[in-house]
Formats: sequence, structure tokens, C-alpha cells
Amino acid sequence: MISQLTKAEREWAIILSAALAIGGLIVGAAGRNDLLGIHGFMVFVIGFGLLFLIVKDLYRPDPSPKRVTRYFDDPTKAGVILCMLWVIFGTFIGDWVAWLLVYPDATFDAGWSSFGRLRPVHTTSVIFGFGGNALIATSFHVLQRTTRARLVDQLSPWIVVIGFNIFCLLAVSGYVMGVTASKEYAEPEWYADIFLTIIWVLYFSIYLRTLRRRKEPHIYVANWYFMAFIVIVAILHIVNSLAVPVSLGHAKSYSLFSGVQDAMTQWWYGHNAVAFFLTAGFLGMLYYYLPKRAGRPIFSYRLSIISFWGITFLYMWAGSHHLHYTALPQWVQTLGMTFSIVLLVPSWASAGNALLTLRGAWDKVRDDATLRFMMVAAVFYGLSTFEGSFLAIRPVNSLSHYTDWTVGHVHAGALGWVAMITFGSIYTLVPWLWNRERMYSPRLIEVHFWLALTGAIIYVFAMWNSGIIQGLMWRAYNENGTLAYSFIESVAAMKPYYVGRAIGGFLFFAGSVIGLYNIWKTIHSPDLARAAAPDLAPIPHAAGSQTVPAAE
Amino acid sequence: MLNNHAKLERNAIGFVIAIILVGSIGGLVEIAPLFTIDDTVEDAPDMRLYTPLELAGRNIYIREGCYACHSQMVRTLRDEVERYGPYSLAVESKYDHPMLWGSKRTGPDLARIGNKYSDQWHTAHLINPRDVVPESVMPRYAWLMRSELQYDDMDLHLKAMRNVGVPYTNEMIENAVADTLRQATPDANNAFDVFERYGDETNLRYFDGDRRAVTEMDALVAYLQILGRLTDAAGAMPQETAKISDEEPGQ
Ligand code: HEC
Ligand code: HEM
Repeated sequence: MISQLTKAEREWAIILSAALAIGGLIVGAAGRNDLLGIHGFMVFVIGFGLLFLIVKDLYRPDPSPKRVTRYFDDPTKAGVILCMLWVIFGTFIGDWVAWLLVYPDATFDAGWSSFGRLRPVHTTSVIFGFGGNALIATSFHVLQRTTRARLVDQLSPWIVVIGFNIFCLLAVSGYVMGVTASKEYAEPEWYADIFLTIIWVLYFSIYLRTLRRRKEPHIYVANWYFMAFIVIVAILHIVNSLAVPVSLGHAKSYSLFSGVQDAMTQWWYGHNAVAFFLTAGFLGMLYYYLPKRAGRPIFSYRLSIISFWGITFLYMWAGSHHLHYTALPQWVQTLGMTFSIVLLVPSWASAGNALLTLRGAWDKVRDDATLRFMMVAAVFYGLSTFEGSFLAIRPVNSLSHYTDWTVGHVHAGALGWVAMITFGSIYTLVPWLWNRERMYSPRLIEVHFWLALTGAIIYVFAMWNSGIIQGLMWRAYNENGTLAYSFIESVAAMKPYYVGRAIGGFLFFAGSVIGLYNIWKTIHSPDLARAAAPDLAPIPHAAGSQTVPAAE
Repeated sequence: MLNNHAKLERNAIGFVIAIILVGSIGGLVEIAPLFTIDDTVEDAPDMRLYTPLELAGRNIYIREGCYACHSQMVRTLRDEVERYGPYSLAVESKYDHPMLWGSKRTGPDLARIGNKYSDQWHTAHLINPRDVVPESVMPRYAWLMRSELQYDDMDLHLKAMRNVGVPYTNEMIENAVADTLRQATPDANNAFDVFERYGDETNLRYFDGDRRAVTEMDALVAYLQILGRLTDAAGAMPQETAKISDEEPGQ
């Protein structure tokens, strides 16, 4: 991959790696009496390692100047592999955490491995490690195909992929050491937040600059979603992470906001992290890989427009449904509930658009597990957005909030939608990226599909049961008009469902391992190779503005 | 509309600007007024500040992710008020940077846990919850008893808190390190100074029962014991008001 860089670019890479290492050293020195020092040192080692890798290949011959006539897919390849590694790691921790709720002592007598520290390791690994790498990798791929332009720059896409993964590492290693800002899905501390902001701005600039090079007059739908994802996540991240560090040598910071304003800001962030990270970005994936794999154009351009702007506008109002019956002023709760219900319209417009795109391709869905992954994803997307709007209704929320029902809802979306659309897209993408006729084993895709689907269904049903039972027990009264159950009775009642969830989770995890194996074998099976990679030039013109551009 | 949109689709910068505009409205309308409308946060003249020891305990609560299983927000629902106590007011978390309202109750709400149990109970419970509540699934935190509290920088912590708006005085900041030790060592010199700075309600105790060292357990228990006790505003609110909803309390 380094051989694809010119000598000058390699020199730049060396300078940047050295800067990273020095930056790490400075932070390490400033934070030597604090956990911050360990992070500084970690960054130093990473910077140094990168430096070593590049210097080793510094004097390789330059790549052929013809490289600019081809798409630039190396960062995407790296992103796909990293994405699979993160999902395996993240669901492994998820399953561990799930077992901890059954056997609370199934861990070590030390802080790093206790539930409260591992849980954010799970959420960050799957949302950012798995989801984030999937988004970055596929967005670079889709962007080039739908604009018929090569990515700008040689180095900056690499910086985004590597930098983003350094951020994930800082986050996850921070939690186990006890560094956390405690804001859900925004737990990393101030220095990691600043680092991510820099990486994100770079990501945005690559996207925008490549778009401006496009040879297609119109910007394809998938890119609308990827852009919304990049831009809005930047806004959310910056505002929600505002904080004052204890000192420049401390990892710890105090959030700028407090109490009710902090709660509202946090859930404005939290809900829209779901909306723009876990929904918009993945809709971008759906709008490209699903029609490509099905060989059918998107069902309705008009529906795409309605759902895109509906989602972009409405979601941002919905965060307060996480705060029903709390000390948040009631008018904000009411707004949150109202907008959450209306949100169902654009959500179902997207899901419907995806499913109707499959009209006439249902025989393919039956035979092709990859396409089936994407079909099931669209179905889960429809179901969990329906459930979401339902849970946002105040009286329903009075039962469901604080219970496992929320966790069940989250995982219907996470396992059923996010992960399934990602696996479908990756199985579509991998043979293209590595120039293979097909995946190594279609049967293993089939196995993965059924493991993932069974796992997800077991998980979600277990949590529906436990959540509703919990909610009902907490509010049950006996004949004397006093509360019928103590809290611990509700804890004990959860046990069978927690076992079920952990088993479902294991199936899902096992599926991901099989997925990585299959990808690995695909890459390392030269006999699957097909003719040369498609160049930029001979890509046929797409007819009409919003049909899927034909090139892979 | 389709024509206009087709134009927008040809303009990358325009598209981005449109996304920012359309996406910003909701947040602006819902968040900005919370900072300006006065009755968003009630008045509570008796509101105490966290002592440095309690703040250190709060930071341990954050570090250990207790918030992943415990909320600190009693909702305005009849069963919650009966189970946990008066519903939470916004003012009670006014000095919480960040707030710890939580989103999941694997364990019970802790907003009103202060003074509900003895220090010994908390210490034993944190060392091994199953010694106290056999069916508990809460993790053990025995190592908190073994880790000495690091508090030589508590003055910096108070300063940072002041920078985000908590009214710590210069005197509090100057004495932060010493006050941390004092609150967990009632026999220490000038221990009672803590009352002068933080009020007579402040707990001055060997929280974890171990007199030899100030441990992380001391700090955490000190924090748990003042939860819900920074102000009496919530207790003073008439709880049978229209605000409490008994939507389907499942008679
Ligand atoms: C895995 C989830 C989990 C985590 C993490 C957790 N707890 Fe608990 N906690 C529980 C459960 C379940 C109960 C109820 C059973 C019991 O009393 O042990 C409980 C009960 C409690 C109680 C008693 C509440 C009452 O009203 O009886 C306190 C106090 C408490 N936890 C404090 C903490 C603190 C402090 C931490 C962090 C250091 C923490 N918990 C972390 C699950 C958890
Ligand atoms: C093997 C599969 C998985 C297992 C076993 C698993 C398990 C868990 C467990 C046990 C929790 C904590 C729930 C609690 O506190 O009671 C959790 C939370 C969470 N998980 Fe997973 N998980 C899996 C996959 C995923 C994936 C793929 C994603 C996202 C793409 C995801 C996103 C989340 C989120 C966002 C939460 C926080 C939920 C909340 O705060 O309500 N999980 N998971």
C-alpha cells in the first residue's frame, strides 16, 4: 500500500508520523503524573511504528503515474478489514458484558474488567470501531463511483482511516484505565475529542473536494446521506464535547454544561448520533449497494428526497424523548414526542423505497444471502423506527424507559439494521475491491446470515420480555395500594432473559468471525481472480440523473 | 420542487449549507431557551456545593461507570415517587458537570440514596454486593478499599469546576487538598473548618471504617451519602401536585 505513494508523498507521511510521535511525547510528558501520560506514550509508539513502516519502504520505486487514472481503494480495503476486526472485538466484549449480568463474578478482581468500564468499551467498539470504519470505507468507495472521480489526495484518506482508528483505540483503552467523560456515546475525554475533530474536518474536506471534481452533474442520493452524516456529526460532536480540562496534564475534564441543559445537550447529541451516524450514513450505504446488488434502480427519486430532508430536519428535534417525566421542562418533552412520531413518515419512506427497489428481484433475494442481508436490514430498519416512534409516546415511555426494552430496541436497530446492511455491503464490496469473481464461500455467507438473524431475533425477543416484565413489576401495586415488588425481585426475574440474550449474542458474534474468515480467504484465493480492475476512463455514463451509476 | 432540488443536487457547497440550516433548527429551538428561560431551573437558596471529597467520589462513580446501571432521576410518576422519594428537580443537578441522570436501571435509582443506609452498609455492599443482597448482579468493587485516594490536585479540580460556573470560593480552592483529608479524618487538626466552608450538614466521618488511609472507598461513600441531600427543595415541593402522573400505574 505504501508502494502506491510517490517518494514525495512518502516523505510527507514520514513528517506526519514523526509529528504524531512527537505530539504523543509532548502529551506524555505533560501528563506524566496522570493517565494522560499513558495515552501520550501510546500515541508516541503508534507514530513511531508508522514512521518505521514508511521508512522501510521509502526507497521502493514510485508507482506508475497511471495510478491517477484509477480509483483509489487502498484506504477502503484497510477500512473493511478494520471494520471486521472491530465488530469481532466489540461483540465479544458485548457478550462478556451480557454474561456478567448473569454471572456478575465472571471477571477479574480489578477495575479494568468491571461491568461499568467494559460496557462503554462495547458500545464504542461497535458504534465507532465497527460502524465508523464501515462508513469511512464505504463512503470513499461510493463517493468515487458515483462521481466518477478519483479521491483527492493520496495521503489524506489514509490519515482519516488511521487517525480515526487511533481515536477509537484511545477511547477504548481510556475506559478500561478509567478515563471517561461519562456522556453516553461521547465518553472519550477532551484531548481525544480534539484529535477526532481534526480528523473529521479532514474527512469532510476530502468529501467535499472530491465531490467538486465530479464528472456527474448531479450528486447521487447516497452522497446526500454521507454528507449529512459527516457534517451533522461534526456539529453534534463539537457542541456536546465542550469541556474544561482540570489542567493540560490531566485527562479529566468537567463538562461545560450541567444538569438539565447538559441532559438536553447530551440527548440531542445521543439521539442524533443514532440518526446521523447509525442511520444516515448507513442509508448512504443502502442507496448504493442494494440497487447495485439487486441490479435495479432506486424505486422512487421523489421518496428519496422526501425521506432525506425529513430525516435531516425532524431527527434533530427528537432527542428530548429520552427525558420524558424528568426535570426537563414539559414543553421540550412534548416537542420531542411530537417530532418523534412524525419521524416515522420519512423513516418508512426510506425503508419502503429500499424494499420496493427489490421489486422484480425477489428471486435474487431468495438465492443470494448477500442481498438478503440488505433486505432484512431494510425490514429491521422499518420495524425499529416504528418501535422508536412508539417508545417516544409519553405513556409508553413511562413503562419502557430505564428498562431492557430500550436495550432491545437499540439492538433491533444495531444488529438488525446497522450490522446487516454493513455485512451485505461488505460482501458486495470485497470481491470488487480485491478483483475476485465472487466471495470465497457463498455457503459461509449463508451460514453467517442465519447466525446473525437468529442471534438478533433471540436478542430482541429476550429484551422485549425482560423489559416489559421489569417495567410492569416496578409499577405493580397490590390490593393494599402499596408497591407489589421490591427492586431486587425484578432483578431476579431477569435471569432467564439475560441468559437468552447472551446466547443470541454469541451466535451473532460467531457469525462475524465466519465473515472475517470468508473475507480473508477471498483475498488469499488467487484462483478467484478476475480480469483487471476497471479504470476511471471507460466507465459508462449513467442514464438519467439518479439511476445508480453503473460502475462498481 | 423536484426542479429546485435538481438544481441543489448540482451544487455541493449549497447542499452542505442546506443540510446545516435544516439540521440546526431543532437543536436551537429546544436547547437555547433552556439557558435563558428562568423557571427552567428552580431556585434553591440552601443548595450546597460538593466538598472536594464528595467531588472525588463523584469522579470515581463516573470512572467506574456506575451510571451505566443506576439512574439519578426520579421521574414524576407515582410509583417512582413511592419507591424512591420525591421526584427530582432540575436545581438538584445544577452543579453536576456532567449530569448523571442515566438511562438504564439495572440497579435502582440513586437520586435519593443519601442517608438511606449506613456507611458500613455501603462499604460492605461495594466490597461484595452479594454479601448484603444475595441476588444482586452488581459488580464487586473490593479494590476501592485497597486504592488510596489521589487528592493532591483537588484544588485544580475545584478551579476547573469554577471555570464552568460552580461558585467555589478562593478559600475553598486553597483548602481543597487539606479539606479532602479532613472530611475523611474527623480527628485531624482543624477538621471542623470543613463545616465553615461547606455547611453544618457536611458529613465528617471515617466513611469506610478504615482509619489508616483515605481510600477511594471513603470518597465514593461520602458521595453516595449526600445524593439527594444538597438541597431540601425537592422534599419541600408538594408531591401530590398535578405534575405527578399516574398514567396506568397498574392498580
Ligand atoms: C451491573 C450493573 C451495576 C453496576 C455497574 C453498579 N450497580 Fe449498584 N446495583 C446494581 C443492582 C442490580 C442493585 C440492586 C441489588 C443490590 O442492592 O445490590 C444495585 C444496588 C446499589 C445500591 C443500593 C441501592 C438501594 O437503594 O438499595 C447502591 C448504593 C449502589 N448499587 C451503588 C453503586 C455504585 C456506587 C456503583 C459504581 C461503583 C454501582 N452501584 C455499580 C447494579 C449495578
Ligand atoms: C454479539 C452482539 C452483541 C451483544 C451480546 C451485545 C450486548 C450488549 C449489552 C449486554 C449491553 C448493555 C445492556 C445493559 O446495560 O443492560 C449493550 C449495550 C449497547 N449495545 Fe450491544 N451487543 C451486541 C452488539 C451490538 C452492536 C453490533 C451494536 C451497534 C452497532 C451495539 C450497540 C449497543 C448500544 C448502543 C448499547 C447501549 C444501549 C443503551 O444505552 O440503551 N451492540 N450491548
